[in-house]
Amino acid sequence: MAAARRQTLAVWKFASCDGCQLSLLDCEDELLLLADRLEIAYFLEASSATVQGSYDISIVEGSITTAHDAERIRDVRSRSRVLITIGACATAGGIQALRNFGDVEEFTSIVYASPDYISTLSTSTPISAHVPVDFELNGCPINKQQLLEVIGAHLAARRPRVRAHSVCVECKRRGTVCVMVAHGTLCLGPVTHAGCGALCPAYDRGCYGCYGPMEAPNTAALSARMAALGSEEVDLVRVYRTFNAGAGAFRDASEAHLPQGPDG
Amino acid sequence: MSEPGERRGRTRVIRTDYLARVEGEGAMYVRLDGRTVAEVKLRIYEPPRFFEALLRGRAFTEAPDITARICGICPVAYQMSSVRAMEDACGVAIDSGPLRDLRRLLYCGEWIESHSLHIYMLHAPDFLGYAGAVEMAREHREIVEQGLQMKKAGNAVMALVGGREVHPINVRVGGFYRAPTRAELSPLVEPLERARETALATVRWAATLPFPDVECAPELVALSDPGAYPIDLGRIVSDGGLDIAPADFDEHIVEEHVEHSNALHARIRERGTYLTGPLARYALASQALRPLALDAAREAGLGPVCRNPFQSIVVRSVELVQACDEALAIIDAYEQPDAPAVEVTPRRAVGHGATEAPRGLLYHRYEIDEDGTILDAKIVPPTSQNQLAIEEDLRAVVERGLDLPDEQLSLRCEQTIRNHDPCISCATHFLTLTVDRG
Repeated sequence: MAAARRQTLAVWKFASCDGCQLSLLDCEDELLLLADRLEIAYFLEASSATVQGSYDISIVEGSITTAHDAERIRDVRSRSRVLITIGACATAGGIQALRNFGDVEEFTSIVYASPDYISTLSTSTPISAHVPVDFELNGCPINKQQLLEVIGAHLAARRPRVRAHSVCVECKRRGTVCVMVAHGTLCLGPVTHAGCGALCPAYDRGCYGCYGPMEAPNTAALSARMAALGSEEVDLVRVYRTFNAGAGAFRDASEAHLPQGPDG
Repeated sequence: MSEPGERRGRTRVIRTDYLARVEGEGAMYVRLDGRTVAEVKLRIYEPPRFFEALLRGRAFTEAPDITARICGICPVAYQMSSVRAMEDACGVAIDSGPLRDLRRLLYCGEWIESHSLHIYMLHAPDFLGYAGAVEMAREHREIVEQGLQMKKAGNAVMALVGGREVHPINVRVGGFYRAPTRAELSPLVEPLERARETALATVRWAATLPFPDVECAPELVALSDPGAYPIDLGRIVSDGGLDIAPADFDEHIVEEHVEHSNALHARIRERGTYLTGPLARYALASQALRPLALDAAREAGLGPVCRNPFQSIVVRSVELVQACDEALAIIDAYEQPDAPAVEVTPRRAVGHGATEAPRGLLYHRYEIDEDGTILDAKIVPPTSQNQLAIEEDLRAVVERGLDLPDEQLSLRCEQTIRNHDPCISCATHFLTLTVDRG
């Protein structure tokens, strides 16, 4: 009897830092085993050998910032049975989504002497704004163990075990003393999606929200608490406007603290 | 990923639209008119992400976390150049003591991780004739596995000192959020000792690879840190007589915006192309290598200067020995500091920071307001500094390879680019390779 066909995996990059796809190469103990089980059919960072056609699982890193990329993601979707987005760029637009709040022409002229050579959209948007996505894995960067879980789950055709609760739960499980309660340190843990293992509080700093909003976060209550601890409005805008600035709950929370213009 | 060569009359084009085994998105384009190389372009088409613009209005303390996101391969380099620049602006210098040692330890972790990745997964397949490390592993599993083990040791350093491998969370202006105890560092010793042995074996193995007999010409630029191999601080020096403080970078280095690239091209004012990275560091500072690394270099047949970009794999391996050995020395001498950071109070000023990313010099400059708000930011990554040198290398490789069939010439061109470990995501400011033969 012939062996079952190995499923094919493709890894795609859009606007990003490469860190999330590097997480796959950072699976030093599992990478070769994974390559035995799956056919890595398209992964330019790792190999110049590419298989054209369609793929069982596509892993997508990065956000959409050019008209060409908006077309390219539709092509990737049409050739992928399962499409999984990884990281804050792909799931929320990334740090480059800060342009969504500013003037992209001004941004271009700050960085480049000849802005005419640059073609870019005025926004950085998540993949889900362009095509249907089967699973989103949060994080800036993602947790490589979670990535393995997500790939493994799709190979086994089961639901990935990725919890949507807050970082607070991870602190409790880890036995870390609450940095906000004990030291008055500003912390986004109460509204941030779990997955990192509550790293920052374990290193005596507050969570800065790199895993994006948890399911149904109470940002208003947290903002009030941070204000009571001394945060000014500008701090509250900044704290929600980092790597997941484009995620709905963080975007709304930041806008609640913008200075009111002369027209109210 | 090569496209077949195109010919129209006397014009021959060699192009690769999506360069593989580099970090980020770039392409190559070479156009030949008869036997004359008419045009060579390393195109960076990675979409721009405008970091310098989005840093304006942010707090000076946010720079290490934000700029880390420029590059997932060398986030520590961004963190280190940014904290140096902010401390410089605020009149603070962490030039010695346990906080500096911890920074060097973290940086050694990144060098080990990044160099292992490049040597074994991106560069070695070129010499052994494979599309990538996974394909190479089918016949040389033990080689790939030893590379992965070494990479893992580097990542372990980053995860312990920095909190995680990609975008570490423990770095701040003034030092760290939490300094590890001596006991916490001890689990790193055994994997680093093994990695050091593997690195020595890597130097011996890399020296046996077949290298074309070529030399590159550009001025070599690296940091100079008396008594130490340059990593985290120093003056900027060259073999052409440059010797400047990081604060004078703008006076001597100009960046130009060219049409084919989203990366700005840097050159030394009035002299032109220069090269940063392992070849430059080795040529300018090999006397500062630790004895183990220097002996390994000599045994591998490296002279005091190596200008063959293909042999950069040997130099990178020597730097792996250096980084493992230095990391072990730091751990051995480490005493936990009294405080994990020194206080840094903002003031209205301009600050400069330059450090050695695995692939070359990384310069940051910030202007901050009295309350610490960033007013202006300038970041010059290694790949935009090396881009002209890479294009000059490409031109030389094509001129020597005119009689090669397109496919071989294209492969040789791609290898020429990978020799320099370009990081396209870094070149924010930002790479594609196409060959046009006419």
